[in-house]
Amino acid sequence: MSKMHLKLKVNNRDVETLTEPRTLLIHVLREQLGLTGPHIGCDTSHCGACTVDMNGRSVKSCTVLAAQADGATLLTIEGMASPDGTLHALQESFRTHHGLQCGFCTPGMITRAYRLLQENPNPTEAEIRFGISGNLCRCTGYQNIVKAIRAAADTLASVKEAAE
Amino acid sequence: MIPASFEYHRPRSVQEALALLATHGDGARVVAGGHSLVPMMKLRMARPDHLVDLQELAELRQIRSETGYLVIGAMTTQHELIGSELLAAKCPILRETSLLIADPQVRYCGTLGGNVANGDPGNDMPAVMMVLAASYRIAGAGGERQVAARDFYRGTFATALQEGEILTEIRIPVLAAGHGYAYEKQKRKVGDYATAAAAVVLSRTGGKCTAASVALTNVADTPLFAADAGAALVGTALDAKAIAQAVRLAQKIARPSPDGRGPADFRTHVAGVMVRRAIERAAGRAA
Repeated sequence: MSKMHLKLKVNNRDVETLTEPRTLLIHVLREQLGLTGPHIGCDTSHCGACTVDMNGRSVKSCTVLAAQADGATLLTIEGMASPDGTLHALQESFRTHHGLQCGFCTPGMITRAYRLLQENPNPTEAEIRFGISGNLCRCTGYQNIVKAIRAAADTLASVKEAAE
Repeated sequence: MIPASFEYHRPRSVQEALALLATHGDGARVVAGGHSLVPMMKLRMARPDHLVDLQELAELRQIRSETGYLVIGAMTTQHELIGSELLAAKCPILRETSLLIADPQVRYCGTLGGNVANGDPGNDMPAVMMVLAASYRIAGAGGERQVAARDFYRGTFATALQEGEILTEIRIPVLAAGHGYAYEKQKRKVGDYATAAAAVVLSRTGGKCTAASVALTNVADTPLFAADAGAALVGTALDAKAIAQAVRLAQKIARPSPDGRGPADFRTHVAGVMVRRAIERAAGRAA
């Protein structure tokens, strides 16, 4: 089967790569673009470790074909920090609240939480738990992840307030 | 897991999509959100030679009110259903059901059209469409037709949809003001299909039930419209005795297979519990 010229905007950068339509988005990201932040956990759209932001939606990139993503705008964990290296409020918050142990689920958790806070900047604990119900963590019991997301919401709100 | 090779098409109109299906025959498959088909392709249980992706068809991504009907384009995602003010006001059972389907990431992709057209008895929306008396608008090379949700399902992955056709729209007759509704689903975990689930829509005037519909998810090779269970409620005060009778009649048509969710008897039992809870909750909501 013929290859296609896949055009994507990834972390604010226009990229083009040659791939088969059947290649999964997670493999394009990891193997062709060198973005190994998104992980392959279950490979069956359950665990959420491969979560990236695509066209303003959280998606599991193990269940998106490269061809379906053609033309998409993507954000991965690699694009979360500022260009000067300052961590995003969520990244900082996961660090200070110990929102990770082994770290395998973390890139997916943070990119998912990013979209959750875009849609609901002031979520309750229940809304956070429901909002990350597509992301599995086998280490933490979620408690500190939920705390970290809630704290990041406060940080982002105070930054916004200071700017206004 | 990597799917087998295919050629990819992204048509810009329904007409173009139909032409692709006509050209490529049974080697072609339509993909909407892809969260049922792509996993099947990864397992090589589906191996289409041509994949016709409907993502560009904005015409199929609308939610609107027409005289007597709510009309939902097939490419409307579960996430969009949940966010729709119009549906929250006019047909809230859809939001309640969508929130029980899969997880947030999957709901951003999964579509109503895919959910109802797929023919997987584990899909939740077909039973809801049955209680709503919805019909599906289907486009084909020879023109358009409509099929009632109650007549659409033939077996596991077998529906009234013919080769070369695309389900384009879901049409729901406007519901009675003050109707009660509920979708009750027992599942083992987030993202699981139902052990058993039940949809109920009913109306009540002066304490008496004037109309009731009941349908079941994942307790047979198709969704089941429990006509007798609904009829048993009409004319009653929706008291415990009437509900128990409806539960018995609904359980009578259940034919679940034993699987990881439990033995057949257990799943029939759970179906009864879901029917009872759904009727009680719908009754509590009916004005």
